[in-house]
Amino acid sequence: MSDALVQARGLRKSFGEVEAVRGIDVDVARGEVFGFLGPNGAGKSSTMRMIACVSPRSGGTLSVLGMDPGPDGPRIRARIGVVPQLDNLDAELSVRENLEIYGRYFGLPRRHVRAKADELLEFARLTERAGDRVEELSGGMKRRLTIARSLVNDPELLLLDEPTTGLDPQARHLLWDRLYRLKREGVTQIVTTHYMDEAEQLCDRLVVMDGGVVAAEGSPAELIGRYSTREVLELRFLPERRPSAGELGRHADRVEELPDRFLLYTADGERTLGDVAAAGFVPLSSLVRRSSLEDVFLRLTGRTLVD
Amino acid sequence: MSVPTRAVAPPAPTIWRLLPAGSYAGRARMMMLRSLTASRHTWLAFVSGFFEPVFYLLAMGTGLGSLVGDLPGPDGQPISYAAFIAPGLLAASAMNGAVFDSTYNVFFKLHYARLYDSMLATPLGPVDVALGEIGWALLRGGLYSAAFLSVMAGFGLIDSPWALLALPAALVIAFAFAAIGMAATSFMRSWQDFDLVTLAVLPMFLFATTFYPLSVYPRWLQLVVECLPLYHAVELMRRLTTGAVGLGLLPHLAYFVVMIAVGVAVAARRLGTLLLR
Ligand SMILES: Nc1ncnc2c1ncn2[C@@H]1O[C@H](COP(=O)(O)OP(=O)(O)OP(=O)(O)O)[C@@H](O)[C@H]1O
Ligand SMILES: [Mg+2]
Repeated sequence: MSDALVQARGLRKSFGEVEAVRGIDVDVARGEVFGFLGPNGAGKSSTMRMIACVSPRSGGTLSVLGMDPGPDGPRIRARIGVVPQLDNLDAELSVRENLEIYGRYFGLPRRHVRAKADELLEFARLTERAGDRVEELSGGMKRRLTIARSLVNDPELLLLDEPTTGLDPQARHLLWDRLYRLKREGVTQIVTTHYMDEAEQLCDRLVVMDGGVVAAEGSPAELIGRYSTREVLELRFLPERRPSAGELGRHADRVEELPDRFLLYTADGERTLGDVAAAGFVPLSSLVRRSSLEDVFLRLTGRTLVD
Repeated sequence: MSVPTRAVAPPAPTIWRLLPAGSYAGRARMMMLRSLTASRHTWLAFVSGFFEPVFYLLAMGTGLGSLVGDLPGPDGQPISYAAFIAPGLLAASAMNGAVFDSTYNVFFKLHYARLYDSMLATPLGPVDVALGEIGWALLRGGLYSAAFLSVMAGFGLIDSPWALLALPAALVIAFAFAAIGMAATSFMRSWQDFDLVTLAVLPMFLFATTFYPLSVYPRWLQLVVECLPLYHAVELMRRLTTGAVGLGLLPHLAYFVVMIAVGVAVAARRLGTLLLR
């Protein structure tokens, strides 16, 4: 038996005419944190929902925890935790009841869910708000509660669809820390995100999705090594002094032209900046930085991820 | 983290193998627990449901009844107007409660609160959801019916110990309307469609022999009324509370058994296709 917790081959999903996922192969090993990175409409959520056994696949094969989501849906769902892209907390229940009742859907005994709720309220830093109605919480608090709820059954596999959207920086870092601790306890995680830093922080391995297909796969460092240079020089010009991409391209491995700036891919950004200046181009501002997954994405799809 | 306790879905009971795989985890009662917990926050709405039929009984039974006098009961014996309409009101309130819970409430949870989405991410399946919602509507309806029966007894409107069976009968009636209501709701696309519900329920309430006997209609209209579910509900109730019990009850019961079977089957299937996209 392979150690893949999730294995997809030629996995497809269509909604009528719309082909959301167009044949992807994915292997997620036990214990790893796996990422789906991609722009709006790439098919990330559709894939996540198929893995979560709440959306039947339109084609291909899929196995989750060694079982088929078709017939074994309930047995798989009993062992996974799900954070959907949009919070779907129970508005008629209090914060604490949301955790306890959800635990009861898993068949967990009353005493157990009560203790578990205490622990998760602490984790979500909502202990003081335990008796409040969900509607009274802020957006970020709701998100934290949804994430806490997904842990009520001590899942082996955690599916997080844009978990940190709507969280403030502090809550985000707290969550990253908590996810890291879960990883060390052996909880496998699948994360989708638009945030590059999040993907680089969290993911052992990730795929870049675009238009329902996998554009590239690897660890963040591998992807950057494969698809980008070590450094990036960002240049902004006054509109009337703006050179063409071709003119700048002579000084770098590759140039991307964005509406407001140029990105010059090069091993040594400072040197390239010197070369550009020597050629008579005077930028309004310049910035040298390390390559990131953002650059990988731009390279692969020709588009920026967050626009 | 605490000790790993893994939740394992129990194998489904044999009879449910007939349903699509994975659609039933045998935990509908957890959904009822959820509704019970939620109702503690909305107890006022909960309590108000009891008063509606009581108000009708007071206004029509005692008020109008003093003008109308006695009417022939199911076995031909004359009974007071209040005793005539009370079982009708009992049947109608079982219908109204079940229809409200299974149409407006379910539609809201389905399309706005996304409540069922969150449930289906757990081992619960669409059949748990359907049965849980119907079960809650029944529990609530059962409490209202019991309360109304006590009021009837208090007013001296009950002639027979058979009336005790009116309670389970109310549950059967509510189950049937809830099942059909839920099935219908799964086809609705907007709030406008609920005008159709009103259009079905209100005339039934007024014309399906709740307030006067079938004999007031010409024969062809009698045949139409005899097809309506509320007519069978009212007949069932009236026979039980007046003690006119016999084999004649069975066709009425059979009517509701069919409604239940069709309603549950359609609702569970449609909920599955609506939610598991
Ligand atoms: N329930 C649905 N019915 C019809 N089309 C859908 C449905 N869900 C998704 N789609 C379509 O499938 C495609 C992929 O959507 P999906 O939600 O998987 O993208 P995503 O990568 O999660 O995007 P985002 O970053 O915006 O969350 C889109 O074109 C979307 O319109
Ligand atoms: Mg998405």
